[in-house]
Amino acid sequence: MPAGGPLRILVCIKQVPKAQELQVDPKTQTLKRVGVPSEINPPDANALEFALRIKDRMPAEIVVLSMGPTSFDESLERSIGMGADRAVLLTDRILGGSDTVPTAHALSETIKKIGGYDLILCGEETTDASTGHVGPGIAGHLDIPQITYISELDIVDGKVRARRTAEDGSEWWEAAMPCLVTVNFGCNKPRAPTLSGKIRVKRGGVIVHWSCADVGIDPNKVGLKNSPTIVAKVDTVHLPPRARKLFHGEPWEAVAQLLKALVKDGVIRP
Amino acid sequence: MAERFDAVVVGAGPAGSAAALALAREKFSVLLVERGRAAGAKNMFGGRVYAWPLFDLLPEWEKDCPVERFVTKESLVFLSGGASLSIQFESPRASTDRASSFTALRPRFDEWLAKKAEAAGAMLITGIRVDELLREGGRVRGVVAGPDRIQADLVVVAEGAMGPLAQKAGLLPDLKPESVSVGVKETVELPAATIQERFNVGEKEGAAVVYAGDASMGLRGGGFLYTNKASVSLGLVVSAEDLARKKVEVQEVMERFRLHPSVQRLIKGGKVSEYSAHLVPELGLGMKARYVGDGVLLAGDAAGFLINNGYTFRGVDLAIASGIAAARAAVDARVRGDFSARGLASYERHLRALNVLTDLETFRATGGYLKNERLFALYPKLLLGITEKVYTVDGSGKEKISEIVLDEMKGKAPLLKMLKDLLDGARSM
Repeated sequence: MPAGGPLRILVCIKQVPKAQELQVDPKTQTLKRVGVPSEINPPDANALEFALRIKDRMPAEIVVLSMGPTSFDESLERSIGMGADRAVLLTDRILGGSDTVPTAHALSETIKKIGGYDLILCGEETTDASTGHVGPGIAGHLDIPQITYISELDIVDGKVRARRTAEDGSEWWEAAMPCLVTVNFGCNKPRAPTLSGKIRVKRGGVIVHWSCADVGIDPNKVGLKNSPTIVAKVDTVHLPPRARKLFHGEPWEAVAQLLKALVKDGVIRP
Repeated sequence: MAERFDAVVVGAGPAGSAAALALAREKFSVLLVERGRAAGAKNMFGGRVYAWPLFDLLPEWEKDCPVERFVTKESLVFLSGGASLSIQFESPRASTDRASSFTALRPRFDEWLAKKAEAAGAMLITGIRVDELLREGGRVRGVVAGPDRIQADLVVVAEGAMGPLAQKAGLLPDLKPESVSVGVKETVELPAATIQERFNVGEKEGAAVVYAGDASMGLRGGGFLYTNKASVSLGLVVSAEDLARKKVEVQEVMERFRLHPSVQRLIKGGKVSEYSAHLVPELGLGMKARYVGDGVLLAGDAAGFLINNGYTFRGVDLAIASGIAAARAAVDARVRGDFSARGLASYERHLRALNVLTDLETFRATGGYLKNERLFALYPKLLLGITEKVYTVDGSGKEKISEIVLDEMKGKAPLLKMLKDLLDGARSM
């Protein structure tokens, strides 16, 4: 950490389809991502909230980072609205189809280009893939300590102190910076964007787009071709069709008919 | 960070967006703040837009305005029991006709107008609620939203019917049940061809229907139906006071209304895609809003600029006109370098010049007149009873119309009271 200077905190986020409004593309049998309601991956929002709380208490610069299509600007704008200082979107067609291995690599290269980081925050996993690989992958690439599945975070005497969820309880960890931390879903309440935050977004100049060439990422290390895994199919649960009987008439007549039908079906006893 | 704008407009409904657009054109730096996810997200109406103020504000408005249908057919329908009596008026209206009006859907219309304000240079921020007016020594100097304070010479409060800001700032008295109605609406999807067939209108034409009598179950108010491109807006406006006094749930009134055979015939086969409700300030000038203050102006519903005279309902056009008037007043205030109530006093003059105040004054008495309960139950029942008898031929011996009328009225309404009601109606409407 630079003596007396503001902490530089990087927060890695991903934009995901809204959990309550998922749609499956009938042709590709995978999740529809374009033209559907989207949100910041909820654990990433929890991570951003921790970064903002640090900034509430001490001088800090928060840079939000993401990899994806330009539609991800929506989440980057929301992050700035919440109080992040600036955002970087790594966006490039050749990244399409990347699984967690090239993603962790590409994000690490981008983080190296940003440089000067003290703390990197990630969500524990995404709601649309749930692998939990990328945070630890980045820590591995950057060769920095990582504390995963944390629910509390603090900076004490220039060190990171965090409470980590273990199988049968919690552990308290301390690490020197720079280090990376992955944050549990729901461990805090992410704040809403503010008016001044949204004005900053409108004024512009706070989000930059970088291509793989801008960062110096080797095309042979990213994309579908260079991903050890692929999503073969997404199964949806189909609810059994319902009989949907309608009982007409005045309420007391309809109720009498309903009761008769319920008795006939053996749902209730007369 | 302390932010400053020349003007902050609260609410990106028709009043707010019109004000922001007009202010931006006059080179004011304008912040237009809307608490909904998008402009129009928190608005709904019957409804119809009378287009006249758009001709002044946006001369090319018809090119891309999300018009549903131009209203060419007006109907007034009295319902009683299973019978109905309709009066229908038809008149073609072109989009270039200043007297034209069109049906619209608020999320689309409001968003269109807010985008026009943005294109003119206003900064539109959505998803943020203004909590309070920033006051210094009784003078409004800006707004407070969450942890942020934005300073401005002028705040235009166009926050709509519920008026928390206007009330908090002492510009509007507490809302009482007597001064508001509850508007409820179902959007029923129907193919455009079906609508055109059932209402007998052309491709871009539409109908506006007002229902009286049984529509509101004897509560003061009435039903409405507006045809959109591929749906119909069916709903009611009922007195909040009556709902409370008679302990009726508004959705019960709505159910009975939609089940009336005349209504069922029109919406048969349709799919209800949306159900919404909104408060309607009913008293116009009687809402007693103080719409000019030090550093602040009220516009639109927040100022009570709404007219319900029983046969026409105007809110959006008055809102837009008041936004235009607010901008004109701001220009005058800027010339004087005085944004106090005195510097902004020309707001009233501009409202008058646009006929906003004049029309509100003309129909000021209507609010009181429409409180007459006999209009909503007894008279429609009488009217239909008389009409039914007039048209019934069953071999039991026919009376003349005058005899039928006197027969029906016997014991139900004294003649003098009826005549007085008739005269009052003519005077107030």
